[in-house]
Order: sequence, then C-alpha cells, then structure tokens
Amino acid sequence: MPKDQDTKDSGIGAASKRREDIRFLTGTGNYTDDINVNGQAYVHFLRSDVAHGRLKSVDTSVAKEMPGVVRIFTSADLEGVGGIPTGWQITDRFGEVMQEPAHPVLATEKVRHVGDPIAAIVAETPEQARNAAEAITLDIEELPAVIDMKAALNDGATKVHDDLTSNLCFDWGFVEDNREAVDQAIKDAAHVTTLELVNNRLVANPMEPRVAIGDFNRATGDSTLYTTSQNPHVIRLLMGAFVLGIPEHKLRVVAPDVGGGFGSKIYHYAEEAFCTFAAKALNRAVKWTSSRSEAFMSDAQGRDHVTKIELALDGDNNFTAIRTETYSNMGAYLSTFAPAIPTWLHGTLMAGNYKTPLIYVNVKAVFTNTVAVDAYRGAGRPEATYQLERVIDKAARELGLDPIALRRQNFVTEFPYATPVAVEYDTGDYGATMDKLIEIADLAGFDARRAASAEAGKLRGLGVNCYIEACGIAPSNLVGQLGARAGLYDSATVRVNATGGLTVMTGAHSHGQGHETSFPQVIAEMIGIPEDMVEIVHGDTANTPMGMGTYGSRSLAVAGSAMVRATEKIISKAKKIAAHLMEAADADIELKDGQFSVAGTDTSVAWGDVTLAAYVPHNYPLEEIEPGLEETAFYDPANFTYPAGAYACEVEVDPETGKVTIERFSAADDFGNVINPMIVDGQVHGGIGQGIGQALMENCVYDDTGQLLSASFMDYAMPRADDLPFYAVDHSCQTPCTHNPLGVKGCGEAGAIGSPPAVVNAVVDALQSAGKDVTHIDMPLSPARVWAAMQG
Amino acid sequence: MYEFDFIRPETISDAVTVLQDDEDAQALGGGQTLIPVLKQRLAQPSKLVSLAQINGMTGIKSVDGALVIGGASTHAAVAMGAGGYPALAALAGHIGDPAVRNRGTLGGSLANNDPAACYPAAVLASGATVVTNAREIAADAYFDGLFGTTLEDGEIITAVRFPVPEAANYQKFVQPASRFALVGVYVAKFADGVRVAVTGAGDDGVFRWSEAEEALTKEFRPDAIMGLSINPMNMIEDLHGTRAYRAHLVGVLTKRAVAAALG
Ligand SMILES: Cc1cc2nc3c(=O)[nH]c(=O)nc-3n(C[C@H](O)[C@H](O)[C@H](O)COP(=O)(O)OP(=O)(O)OC[C@H]3O[C@@H](n4cnc5c(N)ncnc54)[C@H](O)[C@@H]3O)c2cc1C
Repeated sequence: MPKDQDTKDSGIGAASKRREDIRFLTGTGNYTDDINVNGQAYVHFLRSDVAHGRLKSVDTSVAKEMPGVVRIFTSADLEGVGGIPTGWQITDRFGEVMQEPAHPVLATEKVRHVGDPIAAIVAETPEQARNAAEAITLDIEELPAVIDMKAALNDGATKVHDDLTSNLCFDWGFVEDNREAVDQAIKDAAHVTTLELVNNRLVANPMEPRVAIGDFNRATGDSTLYTTSQNPHVIRLLMGAFVLGIPEHKLRVVAPDVGGGFGSKIYHYAEEAFCTFAAKALNRAVKWTSSRSEAFMSDAQGRDHVTKIELALDGDNNFTAIRTETYSNMGAYLSTFAPAIPTWLHGTLMAGNYKTPLIYVNVKAVFTNTVAVDAYRGAGRPEATYQLERVIDKAARELGLDPIALRRQNFVTEFPYATPVAVEYDTGDYGATMDKLIEIADLAGFDARRAASAEAGKLRGLGVNCYIEACGIAPSNLVGQLGARAGLYDSATVRVNATGGLTVMTGAHSHGQGHETSFPQVIAEMIGIPEDMVEIVHGDTANTPMGMGTYGSRSLAVAGSAMVRATEKIISKAKKIAAHLMEAADADIELKDGQFSVAGTDTSVAWGDVTLAAYVPHNYPLEEIEPGLEETAFYDPANFTYPAGAYACEVEVDPETGKVTIERFSAADDFGNVINPMIVDGQVHGGIGQGIGQALMENCVYDDTGQLLSASFMDYAMPRADDLPFYAVDHSCQTPCTHNPLGVKGCGEAGAIGSPPAVVNAVVDALQSAGKDVTHIDMPLSPARVWAAMQG
Repeated sequence: MYEFDFIRPETISDAVTVLQDDEDAQALGGGQTLIPVLKQRLAQPSKLVSLAQINGMTGIKSVDGALVIGGASTHAAVAMGAGGYPALAALAGHIGDPAVRNRGTLGGSLANNDPAACYPAAVLASGATVVTNAREIAADAYFDGLFGTTLEDGEIITAVRFPVPEAANYQKFVQPASRFALVGVYVAKFADGVRVAVTGAGDDGVFRWSEAEEALTKEFRPDAIMGLSINPMNMIEDLHGTRAYRAHLVGVLTKRAVAAALG
C-alpha cells in the first residue's frame, strides 16, 4: 500500500470516522437487552454454589407456587434436548480421539463448577423468578473439587466426569514424529535454557454481559433467538442441529449490536438453548440477561496454561530445537472451540519469527471443576508467543547476549517459509519491523531515561519481543483434517439498489471492530463511489448468507475477500449492461470514479444509469443477462495470514513497593495492507490494553474448594485508562498477504499477543539492572508479586 | 433487591424515630455500599431511611480550630470544601471514582467501617469525634473490628469533628481491582504529639501504630521510624497481598506520609 494513502479521505487507506460510533456513543445502539418481545417472561438460572457435587434432589414444590412463576424447569423437563456440542475433535499422540464428556443444558446427576445451572425459573418478572429460585431446595452431596491440573492427573484423583477414564481430555504431541529428534537435539545442544511459567487464567469481561431471548411463533412454527453472539450462523447451526433439532429454515438467530466479545461470545451457551426451547414449550418469549456476577461464573474464560519450555542453541547461538510441555485447563466441560485453542492455535505458532529446525509441543488438556476455558483475544497464540519470547529473553541473559541481536540472528528471512510445526508463512519482514520498533521506541534514548528514573529512585527496564500469529482462520479442508467440525469460509451478498446504493450482507459480525465503516471503504474504492453509498448488514441469519462470524482476526481477510469477489461479479455484470447502453463491446468498458466509459472514447454512462437499467430493463440485453444486480460470493482462504511485529515496553519499578508502571509502549506491526489506519490503531491499542491487563493486573483465581476468589471487579483487576500509557504504534511495514485479494492480514489480536512478554521482559530487566537475581515472575506482575520476587 | 419502603425524613429526630421503631429499618447514606448489598440480596431491610434530605447533616464548618463536617456530606463535598484541612480533602478526593464520590458520604463510610476504607484512618489519626443523634464518641472508642463500630442500632452519625493538625498526610496504596486501600497510612502531627493510623492492613480493622507515633513525636522525620516494624501476624492476607507485604507497606507508606507532610 503506498504511504500516501494514509492521507486519503475516502476509500482504501483512509482514516474514515467510524459511522457506528454515533449510535454507540450516544446510547442509541440496539443491544440484545434493548429488545423486548411482547408478552415476554423472564428466566433466572439457579446455579450451583459448590464446585463439585452429586445432585441428589431439586425440590421445586414451594417455588412453583410462588407469585408470578410460569414454570420451573430442571433437566428432567428438557426431554429431547441434546447436550451442548463441541466444535473440534482432537486426536491425541497415540491416535485416540479426545475424551468428550456430555454437557447437559441443565445439570443432571452432578454439578461441576460454581455457576453450573441446575434449574431455570421462568416468571412474569425477573424479581419473581429470583424469588422463586430462593425457594428451591437443593440436596447436593459435596465431592472434593478438582482444581490443580497436575493433581487432577494423579492416579486415583477424583473425576470431574465419572464416565470418563480420567480427567485427561487428551495428550497431544506435535509434531509427534519429531519427538525423538527434538530430544536428541536438546541433548546435543551447546546451551539449553529452561523456563517454567504460568499463563494466567483471564475473564473476558466484555462491557455488555450476555443476553438471550427465545421467541416462538405458533402460527408459523418458527423459532427466533436474539443473542449476544459473534457468529449467529454458527449458533443457528450448532443449536439447531445438535441441541434442539430445529432445521435452519425454522430457526432465526439475531445478534444485533454486541458490546464486545473478545472470544467469549463465539460459543454456543446453554442459556441460549434453554431460552429457545422454553419459548416453544411455553408458547411465549423468554428473556435472560446475565448479571456481571453470573458472567464471572458462566462466560467461558481464557488462557490458563502451565508450561515448561526448553530452548536449545548451538555454539553460534542458533536456535536448534524447542521442546514444550503444557498443561491446559479445559474447565468442567468442553466449550465450543476449547480443544482447538491449546493445540492447533498454539502448537502451530511455536516457531514464532525464528528458523528453529526442530520443535516438539506436548499439551495435556485437563478437566477441572472450574468454568470452561476457550478462546480469548489471541487464543493459543498469546500462550505460544509468551513462552517463546520469554525463553529467548532468558537465553540471551544467560549467554550475555543482546536480546535483539539474538532474535535477529535467528529470524526467518526467506519466504515462503515452511515451519517445522505445519504452517507456511507466505510473507514477512521481521527485520523491518524490528528496525521500525527501534526507531519509534527511541531505544537509543533508553540509557538516558534509565538514568533519569534512577535519579527518582525508580528501576527502569526495557523489554523487547517479536510475535507472529496465524489469522484469517482458515482453509476449510485443512481445518477439517485437523478436527474442526465446521468449515471456515465466509460470505457476502452485494445487493445494488436501483438508484445505485449498495446493501452488503455479510456472515462476519461486528462487535466493536468497525466493519460498518471499513467494509464500505473497500467497495467504494472498487467502484469509485462515496463510502456512504454502501451499507453493511450483519448479525441476522434471516438476511445474511451463511458465514462463520468474527474471531481470529478473520473478518476482512475472509469475509472481506468474499465481499471483493461478489463486487467483482457485480462490476463484471454492470460492465455488460454499460456496454449495451453505450453499444460497445464488453471488453472495452472501463470503470473509474463511478463512470463506465468506452476505452479510447469520451462516451460514458454513470454508475447510477447502469444500476437503474438493471432494475428498469427497458433498454437491456435481456436475452443475454438477467435483470437485477445482486451477487453472492463465498470465500475459503488458501492459507492463514501471518501478521507479525516487534513490541517494546519500558517500565519503572518502585523498589520499595514493587509497583510497576508502564512508561512507554511501542508496537511496530506488519498487517499487510491497511484499509483504515485509524481503526487499526484502535484495534492495536485495545489489544495492548488487554495484554498489559494480563501482564500486570488480571487474574482469575479459584481456591482449593473451587470457589472463585476473583468473582467481581472488587477482586478481578481490569486495567483502566490511567493504568495504561500513550502508545506509539506503527503499521507502515507492510508485506501484503499473497493469497487474498486485499493483501490484508488481520490486526484484531496482535496487541494482546505481542504485549505480555514485552512487559514481563521489561520488569525482569529492571530488577536485574538493580542486581536482583530474578529470572522470571509469573503474571500478573502485581506489586505484591514483584516485591516478593525482589526479596529473593 | 427485595422490596422495601423508601422514607425521606427532613429532620434527624424523624429519621431516628423511624429507625428506632422498626428494627428492620436501615439508614441510607449515599448507597454506595448498601445498594450493591441489596442488589445481591444480602440484606432485606423493611425501610430505607434516606439521610440525604436532612437539614443540618451536610456542610462543613470551622469551629474552635476544628472542622465539623455533616455526616451526610459526600466525599466530593469534602474534597471541595475541606480546604481548611488539606490532607483530609485530598483523601476524600481519591475515594472511588466521581460517581462514588458524588453519592458516598462520610457518615456512611464510618458506619460501614470497611477494613480497607480511607476515612477511618483519617478519623483515628486526627483524633476526631464522631457526633451522633445521641452522643459524641471519641475516635479511639468508635472503631470495633472489621465492619464493627460502637454505634447502637438506629444511631445516626450526624457529624464528625476533626481537630486540624499542624501537618498531615494520607498515603494510599491502592488494591489494583477495587482501588480501596491495600494499605493506607494517615499521619497527623499535632502540637502535643503525632498520631499514625493504618487502614487496609490490620486483621482487626483500622489501628494506630503506637511505636511509630512515639518515634515520630520525638522526631518528625521519615527515618525516625527506621528499625521499626509491624508484626505481620496481625495483618490481612488475601489475593492482593500477603501479611508480610502489607506489614512492609505500612513502614514504607508511613515514611512517605511523613515526608509529604513535611512538604
Ligand atoms: C466503586 C467503589 C469504589 C470505592 N472506593 C472507595 C475507596 O477508595 N475508599 C473508601 O474509603 N471507600 C470506597 N468506597 C466506599 C464508599 O466510600 C462508600 O460511599 C462508603 O463506604 C459508604 O458510604 P455511603 O454514604 O454510600 O453509605 P451507604 O451505602 O448508604 O450505607 C452504608 C452503611 O452505613 C449506614 N449509614 C449510612 N449513613 C449513615 C449515617 N449517617 N449514620 C449511621 N449509619 C449510616 C447504612 O445504614 C449502611 O449500613 C467505594 C465504593 C465503590 C462503590
């Protein structure tokens, strides 16, 4: 992308203002909780307050007579309702498929985590439903809670699921054939750096809690679910086919404005299935709005890995092998994409930006009596990046090397590059992003800044790291081989209206990403019309083509590509119409700035003349082409995209209290071509905010009995504006993706992936600069932890 | 929330009458603690008696060198209006966020006596007097363990009288999630001695650090407390800090408070 496009005021490369912000910032959005269906009843879920127990009885006799109660459901009342399905099956390193437990909509024989729903109370008001819930008597025989992952795998450990052979979901080896060669390379190495670390469990905490409204039309037999989802078509497919047995043509799923997801709104949740089921059973709409407290115990959580990583180097400091052993917490049940996260989205990224010839990744996925864990912004890739970039930093310190030089020496420099972990990077220039980082982070000025901090009694540290991620998930045939139970294409229908405006319906879903602004920029550029002639429609299965939704930084790369393909079909047909109108040959028609002209002449017709002709075909080649101007395209990518970059963090540590403040944070990213640089900046800012949150503040903690200690914002520390610095971000290093028509790579997760190791590297650097023998501190680097580490 | 009646008396005696006639009635200050408790259904008062409309329960006056602050004064009002006692105004200005400060009240905070709250440290270190509808309670006789006070049922804090020290400072080290005090130390230097009160740390609530008071009374300098330490055994331990860490912070913050009080 030429640099001067940063200064364009419309089309590709323009920093067009986000049109959706008018409604988001003025309180006029339409979120799921803003929707009310005539006559709706309200559901309250009675949830387990113990982490593990045998459910002996649920006595609703008093509760069901309480004022306003419509009906109380327990699992026995859900006849014909299937369990919540898992969308990905892992085959372990012995060739066996993973252990896949049943996940009932309401608990049956056992409760398996605090928050597991036991009964659903439907009443005239939310308060009445809650009153009745308090009158239900539960008889639960408490069982020991399974919390620690390693203890969960001991012989004789209490089992979360009695019908499974153990708490091990799978033991995955990747690439299994490399195992022995990796072991040998580590034995033969000149130096091996070993690091044990924890990737802390996070609560996604989107601003909008989850909401579900089930509705049923007895006259037509149609069911509708309004829900806070990142992918309404996926919910329709999973819930319709696997849980409720409703075919797609009788089920509509609507996800209107959604107030953030970060992964936690990808999955199909029990509450959605219940509301849809109950609406039909009661012939009445049923609404559920999660409280924030419920979100802490029912939204899928993120990360939660315990890892040992070893990095082998030869005598010239070339990386020769990497071996990792990870315990990955699945929680009590398998959430929709849970098995894919610590495996295919994690193991395949272990090469990072480096040409390490031999890699072996082992992941043991474990069931525990905790909330399910699934993708959270970055999903597997932050876990891979964190291990790798921490161990490289440690290696550099052990060997007395400059951490930047050690990285550079090992960079992949030739593309395409096939890693030893099954992916092929199409393009990249890691040296360029590192150079850019050094410039924007003013690393040359670091020593002076460190001296100034020392004057003020503070320890200053610098942390640098790289990252690579696989985005734009993904080729369907590939993910199918890897165990996905879905395709991962996306779609767009471009409808040109008679007077020339366009309505574009896409399977991607915007929940903060700004699609309504950036997608029209692409189409407006292709046709040469103003952006405001294009409107994006998304979030309703009734009027969008089947698409897989938004996550994994895939929307522009996949749905955007479908949109380009559909628009190309539109332009091709429009040229035929234009040729007819101008009595010229199709091949001679050119489209520029919204005008069709005959090459080499001054004859032209406007875009609007052609669109009108398509719908008022009085003078029209009806024998050759159909009237109308509407095209659909599905796009299935040939490969993942590989955004990459280099990040730098400078911290100050207060040596008396251990408090870390982020003084500077710089990010040099290569996202390929950029459609809207302002939106990209915002995505990077938000991602870094979440990464710093993970590194310094956020921590989801259960006690030994499975009670959630960080169950509210009183104890779960979310980063706030004043915890974060101003960022220096740059995305001028652009190696366009080679296999999608826009050359784009995706930018939604980079910040969250690239920032945690930068922060931790910086704090370790600060402490070592003061002579402290600290090689690692587990996240979050709270003041208490940093202080304790300094005490030795 | 369960149902309750909402009552808005205009005089202290009307409020007291309602509270004393119905033992399930409860006073409502700014609701910043009580309303979340009600939303979680952890309490079921029959009546909420709002103190916000009561004449004479707000306002800040200077009386005989002391600052008398109405019990229903919001934190924001104290932050703006307690210029005569800058350390106290600064403390009030750093409680919670603007929404909390514009609703939450001095009386509510003291009645609640959260072990991580800020005002208890100011009251104890200033040797303030808690004035109720019935009596005056010296700070040293007011606080009674975690969330405990010597208030009787139905007793209302109508005002607090703060003697204004020669120099004072409050150092708050925030708990990263709630931003209450992980540890807070309030140092107040009077002509007849120094008082040091610690919040957030003690497992029995706010307390005075008497060794530090003695040392600082002799010599009001940060390093006067060098060599003194707090016994970690009596500290709170939770997700955000161990006993040892809190004990350590008490020392650090006391030094910093003295340094800041010296200007
Ligand atoms: C997000 C958030 C952050 C906060 N941060 C801090 C912080 O950093 N530091 C800090 O110190 N506090 C903090 N607080 C607490 C805040 O200061 C509350 O305002 C205070 O604890 C309670 O005061 P209130 O007026 O809201 O009392 P209410 O919530 O109305 O009442 C609390 C209790 O006091 C009783 N009560 C109220 N007024 C009186 C009275 N005049 N006489 C007798 N009894 C009375 C009530 O019956 C009730 O039992 C925070 C609160 C929130 C929500």
